[in-house]
Amino acid sequence: MPEPFLQIQNLTKRFGTHAAADDVSLEIERGEILALLGPSGSGKTTMLRLLAGFERPDSGSVQVDGRNVTSHGPAERRFGMVFQHYALFPHLNVGENVAFGLTNLAKLEIQNRVSEVLDLVDLGGFEKRDVSSLSGGQQQRVAVARALAPNPPVLLLDEPLSNLDPALREKTRTELRSALKEVGITTIFVTHEQEEAFALGDVVAVLNEGKLQQVGPAPELYENPSNLFVATFVGRASVLRGTMVGIDRARVADDVEWDVKVARGMVQGTAVDVVVRPQHLTLGTRGIEGTITSVRYGGARAYFSLDVGDNELEVESSIRSAAVGDKVRATATMAYAFPREPSEA
Amino acid sequence: MRFRGSRVRRRYGAVLAVFLGWIVVYPITLVVVESFRGPDGWTLVNVVGFIRDPSEWSALWNSIWISLASVVLAGVIGVPLAFVFERLEFPGRKVLGALVALPIVLPPLVGVIAFLFLYGESGIVARAVTGLLRIDESPWRLRGAGAILLVHAYSMYVYFYLFVRAGLAKIDSSMIEAAQSLGHMPVDIVRKVTLPLLKPQLAAAALLALMTSLGSFSAPYIFGGGFRVMTTQIVASKLNGDMPAAMVETTLLATVALAGLFLFRRFQGERSVAIMSKGIPATATQISQPIARWGAAIIGWLFALFLLLPHITLVMVSLVPLNAWTTEILPARYSLTNYATLIGEPERLRPLLNSLWMAAASTVAVLGVALWAGREIVQRKVRMRGAIERLLSVPWAVPGTVLAIALATMFSLKAPLAGRWVLVGTVVILPLAYFVRNIPIAAGAVVAGFRQLDPSLAEAAASLGAGRFRTIWKVTMPLLRPALLVGGALAFATAVGDFVTSVVLYTFETRPISIEILGALRQFDIGQAAAYGVVLMFVTAGAMALGTRR
Repeated sequence: MPEPFLQIQNLTKRFGTHAAADDVSLEIERGEILALLGPSGSGKTTMLRLLAGFERPDSGSVQVDGRNVTSHGPAERRFGMVFQHYALFPHLNVGENVAFGLTNLAKLEIQNRVSEVLDLVDLGGFEKRDVSSLSGGQQQRVAVARALAPNPPVLLLDEPLSNLDPALREKTRTELRSALKEVGITTIFVTHEQEEAFALGDVVAVLNEGKLQQVGPAPELYENPSNLFVATFVGRASVLRGTMVGIDRARVADDVEWDVKVARGMVQGTAVDVVVRPQHLTLGTRGIEGTITSVRYGGARAYFSLDVGDNELEVESSIRSAAVGDKVRATATMAYAFPREPSEA
Repeated sequence: MRFRGSRVRRRYGAVLAVFLGWIVVYPITLVVVESFRGPDGWTLVNVVGFIRDPSEWSALWNSIWISLASVVLAGVIGVPLAFVFERLEFPGRKVLGALVALPIVLPPLVGVIAFLFLYGESGIVARAVTGLLRIDESPWRLRGAGAILLVHAYSMYVYFYLFVRAGLAKIDSSMIEAAQSLGHMPVDIVRKVTLPLLKPQLAAAALLALMTSLGSFSAPYIFGGGFRVMTTQIVASKLNGDMPAAMVETTLLATVALAGLFLFRRFQGERSVAIMSKGIPATATQISQPIARWGAAIIGWLFALFLLLPHITLVMVSLVPLNAWTTEILPARYSLTNYATLIGEPERLRPLLNSLWMAAASTVAVLGVALWAGREIVQRKVRMRGAIERLLSVPWAVPGTVLAIALATMFSLKAPLAGRWVLVGTVVILPLAYFVRNIPIAAGAVVAGFRQLDPSLAEAAASLGAGRFRTIWKVTMPLLRPALLVGGALAFATAVGDFVTSVVLYTFETRPISIEILGALRQFDIGQAAAYGVVLMFVTAGAMALGTRR
């Protein structure tokens, strides 16, 4: 079996006592697009900067194509990098920006390569334009072209779409993905938006507090979350306190027991957090009892907040199924249970 | 209501523009006119006289090359220093970084005499060298172009240092990182990215150094000897009573300065390099190697000591009683006699009080005009605001000597219909000259302050029921305070240390400190001269500290 193209092993980086990257190991195949997904402060940008070589890790290693580059600086690694605010050089025009990384080439070759990558991002003929005269979307594409021009082994993008207005994001996302796939470059990008991670990435790595939580394709993360953080961060979900009463059964209230999926087996009586998604809850005469406190309408469906005492459940149902103030019951067709962390007890 | 309001507005703007034209442009125009006039009306005799005189040509050439060389020297010292203090972390960096800017608290004449006491042929260094080598005479003389360049480099590298440091602090660190990840090495990045991004700051510092050098008077006056530049040439012509020559020389120096400004702006080009600054500024790199770190710290401290030597010398010399320092390397006896004389003798105290009240009066007046201008330009947006802004900046492009000659010409004749009165020889003329010289400095700071005001704050005050005066007093003025402090402090410091305009316009009654320093030097009373210098240094430092307080 061939080695993975990019191999990150036990990467750790501390700033003072705070671990921005805590023993992270990841493998990425050649040509694969990986999303680093996490809330702000989760350490995803530090991971990207460690990969680019802007930061030196305290321990761990980075290997590309079997070559250990851990001790290499950014200029030696030459990973392509697209910055959040693009970092286009304002004193150079579009062509000069894109040519900036093309050092050891003859003039004609540089010209050809510049027009080639500008064509790739659909900006053919923009060589002489001033970067300040471009729209935000065009600047983003110049930044991508500049990073791709020297044929880097790996492309890194920091929140590539966050500076674009929402209307433009979806279109840019599709174009960016097809451009990256056309080049076939191994790509890692950072985002805090799951929709972006799922749409642009082949694989998603979820980070929290510097630790890698789970890696996998989008459906895998959604259907089989490996811990409470992933279950609540990916997709909407409510959390209830419960106790395991069987291998895959948890009690969430007096005489209310639900079937649950568990990531690993737990003995009976284990205190757990039960995670349930709005669409897996049904309003009716059975199940956990509560009072509707508010309704949020979203087209044909509505989201009801159900106060069940210590917690609040979000339930997706048809718009007429309940009203504020109603006492109703809800039951789950599917839920996840994770052992409760001692610190949260 | 609205219509009448806007008509009144236009009138206010026009009044300001006319006032500025009268006090700034009109005097200079009179000088230009005078240089083409003789006893029998229009003539080219004065100009021809200038062209035929080789000493005039050499003074012109000297002014130009000294100024260009000063810019280069100041940049060569100031830019690397800015990089070291902004980008490297080593012990003492903060304190040293502030000390490095200290030449700025020495007014031009005071800096010059401090250099004289330190490096002059009978200064401390020369005494040490002659004593050490057992020779009779100092091996060098602090004279001519070299001495002038030394003083210029010392006082003007600060412009480059401060501007470039501020520029470096603003550069988005991702620009540098982008260049790194595209495979460029540090030296390459400085050349291809950092310096181009610093172009606005480099240009501003170079222009400031160029203008200051062209107008520099103290250094060439004290050290020039036979080496003449345009400013000393003008003052010499005036003292010799050759007014026609002084007029032509003044016109020419003003032309050179304006041409320099124009060429500079042309060369600077139109392309905007406004930094799209959203990212994080680069942080200083810790020097990890202990030897290198301490090496940097030691070199830094030695350099700071070198920069502070003039200040230290000045204080030391000020403590030397008259005739107490003869052949020793360092004076043997110290006392506060000079300060006691300065305060105790009314004739010695007079110049100090003169300088203080004239500087204070001119500062109050110039802040008033700056507030007026800010209100017209930014808040009322009068139609003439472009013209007003240009008028405000004119005195900046005109050397102090030119302004002084121009005001002397304008206010030596009574012609009320032509807007001229006799003010030369009265107490009004020096404060007026300081006022005109400081218009660009004060207006620059205050108009920028007005631009930073959020107009919705005044609207919020109004919507909460505050009247116009309450709004100005409770909202606008407090928000403008930092700008007023900076503008006022810079204006006061320039006025209190002024030598270049004072030497043309002073009378015995209104003589300021700088003139008294010169007088004390002429009588070889160096202790007294130094004591005045120390007082000026502390007044300047105090004003600067007050102005930059956050």
